[in-house]
Amino acid sequence: MQQKYYIFIAVVILAVLAGIFSYPNYVNQGIDFLNNKFLWTLPHFWEKDYVFGLDLQGGVSLVYQADLSTVEDKAGAMAGLRDVIERRVNVFGVSEPVVQIQGESRLAVELPGVTDVKQAIEMIGQTPYLEFDEERTAEEAQQILDKIAELQKAQEDGKDITSVENWQLALQNPYYKPTELTGKYLTKANVIFDNTTYKAQIELLFNDEGAKIFENVTGRNINKSLAIFLDGSSIIDTTGDGKIDSSDLYAPNVLDKIPGGKAVITGDMSTQKANEIARRLNSGALPVKIGNPISQETVGPTLGSVSLQKSLMAGIYGLLAVIVFMVLFYRLPGLLASFALIIYVVLVLSLFKLIPVTLTLAGIGGFVLSIGMAVDANILIFARMKEEIKAGKSLEQSINEGFNRAWPSIRDSNFNSLIVCAILFFVATSFIKGFAFTLALGIIISLFSAIFITRIFLQVFIGKWTEKVKWLL
Amino acid sequence: MNFNFTKYSNIYYIISVILILASIVCLALFGLKFGIEFAGGSNMQVEFEGQRPPNDTIEQILSGFDLGQIIVQPTGEKGAIIQFKGVDEATHQQILAKLNELVPTSEKSFQYVGPSVGQELRNKTELAIFLALLAITLYIAFAFRKVSRPVNSWKYGIASLIALIHDIIIPLGMFSVLGKMYNVEITIPIIAALLTVLGFSVHDTIVIFDRIRENILRQGMAQFEETINWSLNQTLGRSLSTVFSTLIVLISIFFFGGQTLKYFALALIVGITSGAYSSIFIASPLLVSWYKWDLKKAQKSNKK
Repeated sequence: MQQKYYIFIAVVILAVLAGIFSYPNYVNQGIDFLNNKFLWTLPHFWEKDYVFGLDLQGGVSLVYQADLSTVEDKAGAMAGLRDVIERRVNVFGVSEPVVQIQGESRLAVELPGVTDVKQAIEMIGQTPYLEFDEERTAEEAQQILDKIAELQKAQEDGKDITSVENWQLALQNPYYKPTELTGKYLTKANVIFDNTTYKAQIELLFNDEGAKIFENVTGRNINKSLAIFLDGSSIIDTTGDGKIDSSDLYAPNVLDKIPGGKAVITGDMSTQKANEIARRLNSGALPVKIGNPISQETVGPTLGSVSLQKSLMAGIYGLLAVIVFMVLFYRLPGLLASFALIIYVVLVLSLFKLIPVTLTLAGIGGFVLSIGMAVDANILIFARMKEEIKAGKSLEQSINEGFNRAWPSIRDSNFNSLIVCAILFFVATSFIKGFAFTLALGIIISLFSAIFITRIFLQVFIGKWTEKVKWLL
Repeated sequence: MNFNFTKYSNIYYIISVILILASIVCLALFGLKFGIEFAGGSNMQVEFEGQRPPNDTIEQILSGFDLGQIIVQPTGEKGAIIQFKGVDEATHQQILAKLNELVPTSEKSFQYVGPSVGQELRNKTELAIFLALLAITLYIAFAFRKVSRPVNSWKYGIASLIALIHDIIIPLGMFSVLGKMYNVEITIPIIAALLTVLGFSVHDTIVIFDRIRENILRQGMAQFEETINWSLNQTLGRSLSTVFSTLIVLISIFFFGGQTLKYFALALIVGITSGAYSSIFIASPLLVSWYKWDLKKAQKSNKK
């Protein structure tokens, strides 16, 4: 068998896989059906969701301008700020929040699905609060635990928990209580390395007032632990489950009373962990103010899904219209090009999922537009082919000539578009960036589908038999 | 069929000059109505559950807040877009509460853009368009460097640049009229559309120039005008097919793609039509006119 048939089969397999990957629902329903009927245990095809921008799925997008006038290490301060905001946003229970540093001093926060903007803005705008807490005595701890149990019982009995005496007690952490030592007394935290073991350590430097308080606090807590909290929860994730909740606790032991306002936290920790802790300590020590958002966009969930649906419908109608046009004008080659176009669509959709590309309304608009433009290369080639056939060349020669002769203009025009995309990508804002990226991706894939795939199709399907039915060409 | 494209080039030039002048006059008179992402401010899209209150009523009940100029635009059956100057979140909530007192209202979207952000976006967009134009011109001059006779390769670049400017000014002129009459705004999707028009229009021009290049390389440069005419005739089928297949997709977006994409599609429809026109009737005839002009100059200086 000839090589072209192998390539053809490979293309068909790729197309089918991409097609299922871009919309696996039907196939997975089919698998479920088979599994039920024959008691098989076939696995589902890989399901991965498209990533939609806020304009399509609804949510809040906020941009903040950080005030870095009092900070020396600006990049470090922004990294710390990003980290703090990310922690808070995660508490909000948002599915996939994005917190990004833009430029030197901007912070963009995207909260998909959030509708309570007011609360989000209030929470994000707060100044980070760092505290060092000491252990409670066993009696104190028991008191709080008892109260929590009492409230739980009251709740089960359907009583109003605020009617229980001293109910606020249950809101406190049963094991640790705040000391007078907070972030405002901390000057800086650094990661240093032990001279002999080379292990990462964290150095804490307190200001003059802080030095005295720290001496005091450590003095009364020798051989006990001091827990470090940021915004009311543990400074890092210690259970390793990827989220910070009440089961996490970072509490180094105090070995001795420490005077002089300088302390070192040792322990078996990775450099990465040490950096994370130091960064968060610093964000509590030198809070960066961000105030109110400088731009805000809220999209309700219904508006987004309506836009999505409409743009998809437009895409489907557009695709069908292009196919009808291609088949009417270029007959058999047009039909083959239409298959190549469908492969183009599923390949781009698969890449949207794989990379993943965040799809916005304009991005989808650009993609739908690219369906119309993707056939351009084919039209160029076919027009050329027709000319060559008219000039009396054989079919195979005409096909090859069509591809070879059309190539320079396809190359120049698409390369030019890629240049424009690159400029847009590096100069413009995030929105246009997404559009430029989608367009560039479309151009590259359309070259592949219009030249490589269509050529294989033509070579496989057009042969001696088509000489007899010339009207098809 | 062999249509003589360059014979009537003066008529095409006049049509284009009239369109461009009309666009410039409209731009000068009406200006462009920039969306709040460029101009800064607040934009609130709401849907009323009962009957939509008249615009005056909405403006009146909001007059208690310090909102600058309030623009109310009805959308759909029960919706409205309300625009005013930038406000903080607290004020935004109060405004929503006030509307709710009038008629039960649900908010579809809210956008606030600070003044510095808008200005920055404008600067960035201008820079992007400028760089794109420059890069396209340079690339074409480079790609056609082998055909420096009878017309210098940078003249191909300039001719396509003129065609590109043509394709950007005409849609902009249309948007200035639409902005004046229907409050249509220049938003980021429309900028994206205009940039796509640049890419598309230059596609057309390149395909034609490329055929000219091929024909010149094959047959030498005698009879430059005939070669160009011939090349235009050869590529005409392709130009029409491509424009047509793109236009049907755009028309589909225009009618079915929803409110936000409507003007995005319109900008592309006008821009791409203009791009196809300018590639055939402006860019290539310009090469011929330029060539003739150079010839005349050369003859004059020879006589001297």
